[in-house]
Amino acid sequence: MSPVTKPAEGSWTARYPELGTEPMSYEDSISPEFYELEREAIFKRSWLNVGRLEQLPRKGSYFTKELAVASTSVVIVRGTDGEIRAFHNICRHRGNKLVWTDFPREESSGSCRQFVCKYHGWKYELDGACSFVQQEDEFFDLDKADYGLVPVHCDVWNGFIFVHLGEPSQSLTEFLGPMITALDGYPFDQQTERFSYRAVVGSNWKLFMDAFQEFYHAPILHAKQSPVAARPEVQAMGYEALHYEIDGPHRLVTSPGGKGWLMPPEALKPMETLTRSGLFGPWDAPDLGVDPLPGTNPGNAKHWGLDSFQVWPNFVILIWERGWYLTYHYWPTSYNTHVFEGNLYFVPPKNARERLAQEMAAVTFKEYGLQDANTLEATQIMLESRVVTTFPLNDQEILCRHLHKVAAEWVADYGRERAGATR
Amino acid sequence: MTGALLPDAFSDLEPYAAKWCLPTERQRFAERMSSSMDEMQAFYDACFPRAEAAIAYCEKFPLDDLPEDAERLLQLLYSLVMVSFPVEAWRQPHIPDSGAAYLDLLIEPRP
Repeated sequence: MSPVTKPAEGSWTARYPELGTEPMSYEDSISPEFYELEREAIFKRSWLNVGRLEQLPRKGSYFTKELAVASTSVVIVRGTDGEIRAFHNICRHRGNKLVWTDFPREESSGSCRQFVCKYHGWKYELDGACSFVQQEDEFFDLDKADYGLVPVHCDVWNGFIFVHLGEPSQSLTEFLGPMITALDGYPFDQQTERFSYRAVVGSNWKLFMDAFQEFYHAPILHAKQSPVAARPEVQAMGYEALHYEIDGPHRLVTSPGGKGWLMPPEALKPMETLTRSGLFGPWDAPDLGVDPLPGTNPGNAKHWGLDSFQVWPNFVILIWERGWYLTYHYWPTSYNTHVFEGNLYFVPPKNARERLAQEMAAVTFKEYGLQDANTLEATQIMLESRVVTTFPLNDQEILCRHLHKVAAEWVADYGRERAGATR
Repeated sequence: MTGALLPDAFSDLEPYAAKWCLPTERQRFAERMSSSMDEMQAFYDACFPRAEAAIAYCEKFPLDDLPEDAERLLQLLYSLVMVSFPVEAWRQPHIPDSGAAYLDLLIEPRP
């Protein structure tokens, strides 16, 4: 008998009947036209996480974020008054990118007293006000007050910095909703030891989100990560999540597992036993000083191992029972490419032993992630053949079903509004 | 010992130090991908039995104030983690089914 009790409705998917159980189309992941609509309907109408407060430690600290999906770059800065602000990264004079280092398409970060354009030397205060125009008296009736940087809506939740490229119809916390904001007070700010990964992936952004929002694939795709003796058992057991939850456009999966310290040595790699660490993180959890951890394990699962909060549209916060977390971002660059970012956050290690355990977790993450990323390109290639156009999803793939449904709804809403506006 | 990279107590690992004491993940990953399985197996076989003693040695020092030879010993342990996947799991330097995919580590803790 399955160790997990399904909901009274009979399945997780049946608990959310609006999802249906029909085979699904992936046309939304192979259509250039649909991608163009997503850019307007989703990415210019959502709060987007662009980083964390720890990236702006001091007054004058800044970083830039390339948002190809919206054809812009934004600069996020902590002002002399301590406020966090965001601006489109463009000089008001002749349109040069304002903040960059060496390579115009690469992101940059640092600290400054004011922004100075490399081209003609126009200067801007950290609150966006234009403060200096080179040879100002050569211009015609120019008032610097009319030439401040173009602001972008910016807000911070639990140390996560979000921007909104349009006119928000909801505040950030309204947008995040009760399931995500239940994490208020989770000690993200203690976990400042960061490993930051980046890759360009040859698939639609939603396909990689799908890969990390179901673990049905884990016993198969990652089989060789297990010692040979343990593989048949791992595959026979398959995978079953402890809890799924959907809240508006956001979704959550709670998973068991990873209790290496309870496993027999033959089920572990020797390096896991030596470092007391692995995919699920260091076995010896730090004391975060908060118990229970706010917002985690909302299904009250007995064997809680992790929660993966899928924050609409392209941001994931994955919280591990062992006292660390990671984030994923999927930044579309075309209908069949995107930039993937993975950030691992740990409490700063107290000594070399703790540091090595974190290194083991980070290296293991990469070994798994590379298998996932490469498989996506194989999926994208064959979806584009359109030889097969509908695909069956099982109950463990409920979140994939939800993501594509929400994307379709937002695009449809946008289409209706646009049609209404032109009537 | 003159010119030694590692603490005296770990002179038996000195033959592996020049190749595997690397400060960044990018360097360690590149070294793993360009090494033969024989090279990595030899390093693993020599280093793994000594790893617990090496960790115990390094953890005596504050992490932000490691003597240079201890920091190199820690880097050797990072490399041991790196080669453990080819040696213990893959039986080849590269990750199966990972093809042309890459995942660059842009920000990492030091040491």
